[in-house]
Amino acid sequence: MMRALEKIGFALTVLVLVSPAATVFLWMLSLSLKNELDNTAWPPVFIPSPPVWDNFIAVFERNDFLLYTWNSVVVSFTATGLAILIGVPAGYGIAKMRATRAAMLILIARITPGLSYLIPLFLLFQWLGLTGTLTPIIVTHLVITVPIVVWVMIGFFEGLPAELEEAALVDGANIWQAFRHVAFPLARPGITVAVILSFIFSWNNFIFAMVLAGRETRTLPVAVNNMLTFEQISWGPLAAAALLVTLPVLLLTLLAQKQIIAGLTAGGVKGG
Amino acid sequence: MSGAATLPATAATARPRRNYARRYVWFVVPAAIVVLSVILFPWVFTLFMSAHDWKIGGGHSYVGLDNYRKLFTDDRFLWSMARTLYFTALAVIGPMVLGTIAALVFARNFPLRGLARTVFILPMMATPVAVALVWTMMFHPQLGVLNWLLTQFGLPPSMWIYDANTVIPTLVMVEVWHWTPLVMLIVLGGLASLPVDPYEAAKIDGANAWQAFRHITFPLLMPFLVVALIIRTIDALKAFDTIYVITQGGPGTSSETINIFLYLQGFAYYNMGYASAVVVVFFLIIVSLAGVLLWARNRAKDL
Repeated sequence: MMRALEKIGFALTVLVLVSPAATVFLWMLSLSLKNELDNTAWPPVFIPSPPVWDNFIAVFERNDFLLYTWNSVVVSFTATGLAILIGVPAGYGIAKMRATRAAMLILIARITPGLSYLIPLFLLFQWLGLTGTLTPIIVTHLVITVPIVVWVMIGFFEGLPAELEEAALVDGANIWQAFRHVAFPLARPGITVAVILSFIFSWNNFIFAMVLAGRETRTLPVAVNNMLTFEQISWGPLAAAALLVTLPVLLLTLLAQKQIIAGLTAGGVKGG
Repeated sequence: MSGAATLPATAATARPRRNYARRYVWFVVPAAIVVLSVILFPWVFTLFMSAHDWKIGGGHSYVGLDNYRKLFTDDRFLWSMARTLYFTALAVIGPMVLGTIAALVFARNFPLRGLARTVFILPMMATPVAVALVWTMMFHPQLGVLNWLLTQFGLPPSMWIYDANTVIPTLVMVEVWHWTPLVMLIVLGGLASLPVDPYEAAKIDGANAWQAFRHITFPLLMPFLVVALIIRTIDALKAFDTIYVITQGGPGTSSETINIFLYLQGFAYYNMGYASAVVVVFFLIIVSLAGVLLWARNRAKDL
């Protein structure tokens, strides 16, 4: 009897813990699939019957949603790619040299509010005549992606056994070859974690693009925020747009939950 | 990225074979260039600008420490500082308590644990702007689903973000929803690393579950809780996206935190010099709070 009660109590606790997260996402889905009448009904209508696609169609018809999606894709992929290109060797170097101070510098990047980079960089990009292109947005996103990649990779390379590389060095390989042919292949799982986290936090970033983007260079979070300002009460399209923006990230989280949890547990990574 | 897992390993080992290690410098050079140009350059330039009266479109002139003097007599800034501390206190305590409880729950084995854990961490992975939009709709005083929920429990409806008295607790609620999963993950990592032996000894000695938690789990978990506490404090101080999207500092200025004040000075009023001074003061606040927490941790270790 006691065991059964304990089990029910535990199940209820799990339910209470999970329900705020589930509720918000389900409500987002519900709003996006209902017509305007149902969305502003009192008492609220929870289950769309029948579900309608009008809101999603409206999002694509009324806005340059495809352009903004393309911008977000370009920014997140480029910023992540560049971060991997320079961050993986850096993580390797720092791990090999046991350079604690270099690691601390990465921590400072984590502490600094995103806005504080923006004032000087905003002026710099104006002087360089780069405003209105995607370049400033990509460059500022490196502020998020490079520290994430370096941090994850330091942890990963420190965990790799040194014997294999040392064997390669003894066999006459130089340190670059040892990295390229021994450490790098072994580090693939770590790189996967770094790519996923860096992509997600770049995709989610709002503040850099909000300050730096022009009409044509908005990323999705900025575009969605603008919709709120101009369409106060049309909830259906708003919810549909919000869902479209965050859906790739949610799917990625569901698919790669193991890697994401491993990466986040190791260091409490968070961008911006 | 405070590194509970990685930093101590680096620090603990002395540098063996220094010259041998130095050859790896070239691996770090490209990243160092990027870090110097997009992180360090802005820092130096911000310090420089903070000593100037610098308007976009206007000119700039050297004013020494005037911006800082002005800042500490600017009621709007001082209030934003007080609000930030109030917001931070609530937005740290909530996730710390709930995240620790959640970690203790998810450390146990139960059916569908993987799924439940994934759903639980979705808030911290979701795009903040998208989620903030949904919250904004839920806070609507007449049509929002939250007031409907309150009436179902026989509670009076709330004005949520539309009232100066409730706006910060409401924003804290969103922040708690957002970042409790991060605390949970850090503490869960700590729980996974706990040794089994002390529990067996305690069992033999006849300790109950609460005593085992109080005297074994809690002290062993302490380093992880401190890491979570520091990360959470820094993130709460820096909170921007959700506050900006949901209230933009309003109603009036009643949810204007330092970060929102900073944004408005810099990119709504284009007072770049003044905003730079805010950046410097803001950074000092963050570093000193993080420093105090680190110091407290080291002291606790010595005792």
